[in-house]
Amino acid sequence: MSAAAGLLLALAAQLLHVALMLAAAPLLVGVIRRVKARLLGRAGPPVLQPWRDLLRLARKQPVVAENASWLFLAAPAAGFAAVLAAAALVPSFALGMASAPVADLLVIGGLLALARCILALAGMDIGTSFGGIGSSREMTYAAFAEPALILVVFTLALLVGTTNLDAIAAVLREGALGLRVSLGLILIAIIAIAIAENGRIPVDNPATHLELTMVHEAMVLEYSGRHLALIELAAALKLLVWMTLIGTVFVPFGMAPAGALPLWWATGMLAWAGKVGVLALALAGFETAIAKMRVFRVPEFLGIALLLALLAVVFLFVSQGFA
Amino acid sequence: MTKFAPDPGRPILRARTRHGKISGGAFRPREWCCYKSGREQNRTPRGRIVNGLLLPGLGTVVLALFALGGVSVVAPRRLAVLWSLPLCAAGAVLALAYLAGGAAPVGMVLPLGLPGMPMSLALDGLSGFFLLLLMLVGVAASAAALDSHGAYDSTAPFFPAFIAAMALTLLAADAFTLVLGFELMSLASFALVLTNHRDAEVRAAALLYLGMAALGAGCLIPALALLGARDGVWDAAFAAIRAHPPEGWRAAVVLALVLVGAGSKAGLAPLHVWLPPAHSAAPGHVSALMSAAMTKVALYVLIRLLFDLCGPQPIWWSVPLLVLGASGAVLGALRANMEGDIKAVLACSTVENIGLIVVGLGLALAARAVDVLPLAALALGAALLHAMAHGMFKALLFLGAGATQHGAGTRRLDRLGGLIHRMPVTTAAMLAGGACLAALPPSSGFAGEWTLFQAVLAAPRLGGLGMQVLFCVVATMMALAAALAAAAAVRLLGVGYLGRPRSPRGAAADEAGPPMRWALLGLAGLSLLIGLFPGAVLGLATPALRLLAGGAAPLRDLGLVVAPAAEAPGYAAPAVAVLLGLAGGLVWWVVRARSLANGTAGHRSGPAWDCGFGDPPAWLPFGDPATQYGGASFAQPLRRALGAAILGAREQVDMPAPGDRRPASLAVSLHDPAATLLFARLGDWRDTLSGLADRMQFLTIRRTLSVMFAVLVLFLALVAVLEQL
Repeated sequence: MSAAAGLLLALAAQLLHVALMLAAAPLLVGVIRRVKARLLGRAGPPVLQPWRDLLRLARKQPVVAENASWLFLAAPAAGFAAVLAAAALVPSFALGMASAPVADLLVIGGLLALARCILALAGMDIGTSFGGIGSSREMTYAAFAEPALILVVFTLALLVGTTNLDAIAAVLREGALGLRVSLGLILIAIIAIAIAENGRIPVDNPATHLELTMVHEAMVLEYSGRHLALIELAAALKLLVWMTLIGTVFVPFGMAPAGALPLWWATGMLAWAGKVGVLALALAGFETAIAKMRVFRVPEFLGIALLLALLAVVFLFVSQGFA
Repeated sequence: MTKFAPDPGRPILRARTRHGKISGGAFRPREWCCYKSGREQNRTPRGRIVNGLLLPGLGTVVLALFALGGVSVVAPRRLAVLWSLPLCAAGAVLALAYLAGGAAPVGMVLPLGLPGMPMSLALDGLSGFFLLLLMLVGVAASAAALDSHGAYDSTAPFFPAFIAAMALTLLAADAFTLVLGFELMSLASFALVLTNHRDAEVRAAALLYLGMAALGAGCLIPALALLGARDGVWDAAFAAIRAHPPEGWRAAVVLALVLVGAGSKAGLAPLHVWLPPAHSAAPGHVSALMSAAMTKVALYVLIRLLFDLCGPQPIWWSVPLLVLGASGAVLGALRANMEGDIKAVLACSTVENIGLIVVGLGLALAARAVDVLPLAALALGAALLHAMAHGMFKALLFLGAGATQHGAGTRRLDRLGGLIHRMPVTTAAMLAGGACLAALPPSSGFAGEWTLFQAVLAAPRLGGLGMQVLFCVVATMMALAAALAAAAAVRLLGVGYLGRPRSPRGAAADEAGPPMRWALLGLAGLSLLIGLFPGAVLGLATPALRLLAGGAAPLRDLGLVVAPAAEAPGYAAPAVAVLLGLAGGLVWWVVRARSLANGTAGHRSGPAWDCGFGDPPAWLPFGDPATQYGGASFAQPLRRALGAAILGAREQVDMPAPGDRRPASLAVSLHDPAATLLFARLGDWRDTLSGLADRMQFLTIRRTLSVMFAVLVLFLALVAVLEQL
């Protein structure tokens, strides 16, 4: 295969990946809601309901508070763009996409942090107490999640020697590293981080509008119409990005290798759907079984993730003798 | 210490193992320890002539700045800043030309100085890099000072002198010149801090600053004396020190003294207590210079002494740098979330960033000690890149804080708010600076921290288990500091510049004048460029890296990609920016096309929803400012979760019972552990000692004479003992 054909293939995989991520994100939310409803004995809305809600919201003209600045108006699109950029970097069904050389884990974390900061600033822009409480809590949770995340990256970088997600997935896909205790520990850690970053139970409740407990919903309380549609789509996309990230790093099997023919992609997509589906079922079951915790217990929850990740790194030092 | 017969013309390497013995295996000449070979590179005639002209040129700029300071005592004060601007611009151009031209080291001897010891100046990659930083900040600070309308005239002559003293420190090639520049820098900045000296807080801050400067001088001068002393001869020239780096206990003492002497000026924890008050007390353009440039000059002194003059040293040298840097980063970032004054927030974030840079320096020392030169170059390059990025964005933020004080009459977060409507340019610049502060891609702060993280992630192969665990903890603390800095940036911008005004004065704020706006936009543009092309800054740092770490900057693909190793994937800032731009453009285009097709373009305005709260009463036209989140409330979760443990934060809530018409109140108290654990104790000891000394005054004449006699005997005994040795 010539270089030009390889490049075209990588580009095609990239475009297909972004389109699939965008299409699948609201479906994922629909599946989780449906499963949760069934577990609680309700019929639940159809799986397509989030898509319908988004389209309905997108048709509506937003109502904006009188003292909103340009930042408030630009934030939904800017935050969504940052999440979309992060989504473009996390490989789903094929390795070696066009974005592979850029797909650094720290960059992905940075892009998600960019989206978070944009929304937190927008939450402060109207000058209401709800926006402020949401922004404050969101930034606090991030302060506890990021050290744990860097330790997860540290472990992966020690094992593989790079922070590039595509390279990490390629090495882990080979299975040369085998099963490791450290990988298991950081899997638990990254799941806890993902729960906190996406505002799922027990850290935050995405379905609540009870004022005292909400974080993300409080931050975006003033948004309506197509602005809200963008924010909700970004939130769904972020959840899918995290699930895909966990699947790509810890279960990279079934993904099409770099430069593979499009026939491989079909298996890759099936494997991806399977991985995300299992994670979605697990999340729905977990959320049904557990209650939301108090705001000031969240640092402890993330502290456990931090300790597990630290244990993973130390275990690696002791077992491998990196000197 | 074993002595090896030096091979003439061949540099001696003193790489020592942990036990202080010269290890035979490491005894081989290398490029990076041989400062001489670095000095003699690039000896083409043309390069020599150009470089030969650049050092006198920069020397002239320094001299002209000193002269400007002197002249403006009698001339109109405005001239001081008016002429500083072109002089700094000329200095920046010269420094850039020098770095771009390969930065071959040059030196010159001045017909000035101590008897028998003329002052000498030198220019190499390291000093050129820091000179560029200093002069760029100097240009912006001068432009901003032009917007002051005579408010700072009383201390205007010290402004060019301050810049000149910093430049002299950077150009110094002997211990005397270095100390002269460093102390002139301290004194000039002390005078500048005192600009608003009628305020008691300002005087207290300046006094604390002077005390810390004296402490720094009290450590830096002995350090240089120790470095220069050899076999009873004292040679202050750097070349002589470099030829005979310190060993054994002498090296350890030098390390401790330099860490205190230069670290106290740089704001290295736990010697950072003077930064928040002094930066708040100084006018905006002065605090910009102090925070962005002076702390970097102190870091330069640290690098010059520890990396260059001390030569290769054992790996444990990196431990104090790593520990102090990482703890300073966390402490500074956490305090930045608690402060109520914009400039204090920014000063605490300076402590954080200095901590991160010092971590990078520590990693470079560790990598150099065990001979992993690519990693040493990566870590030192990361530190220099972050220093340059921080210099630009922190100057931007401090100038913006000055503009805010000028326009809105206060720097207190609980009196500001809603400035985005009244001061759009300042707010946009602060947002750009805040993105760098929060290390969000593709800003310059992210580029610096990404490279630093790559260095620390690659570090575990440098040492044994103890060092590995230390690196791991340092990485965690760096991540915590970065996340806390993001929270601090959101708090600063969200409370101060967004939302509703909290005071009538803030509601009627004025936008900054044209010179200030240009300074802000220029610095924002520079930050953006550094963020998009961090490789260019690393390219400018390459001569320094070759000199001190023996390796080139970690770059690939025309410098567009910063990569930790030659073959490894890296960070391509332009690609990330293009990706963000594409995503943003796509979203904007789709939303616009759809809303135009639906006829729902634009938006309607209405009162804030705020969960159904009603309209504000007529006497509160902007709503009740107290119902917004303020600085103290935004910090509450972090204050409870981390502040209670680290800063000893206590909250006293006074909540009146229903029906009671007293206002509710919240009182927060917190203490910096450096102040309570270190400086309060030191103060107690000083009081005890001075109390003891005070008794001497009231001794009877008999006792005084016996004390004098005892001291004399002791002194003679000491002399006798020393003679015997």
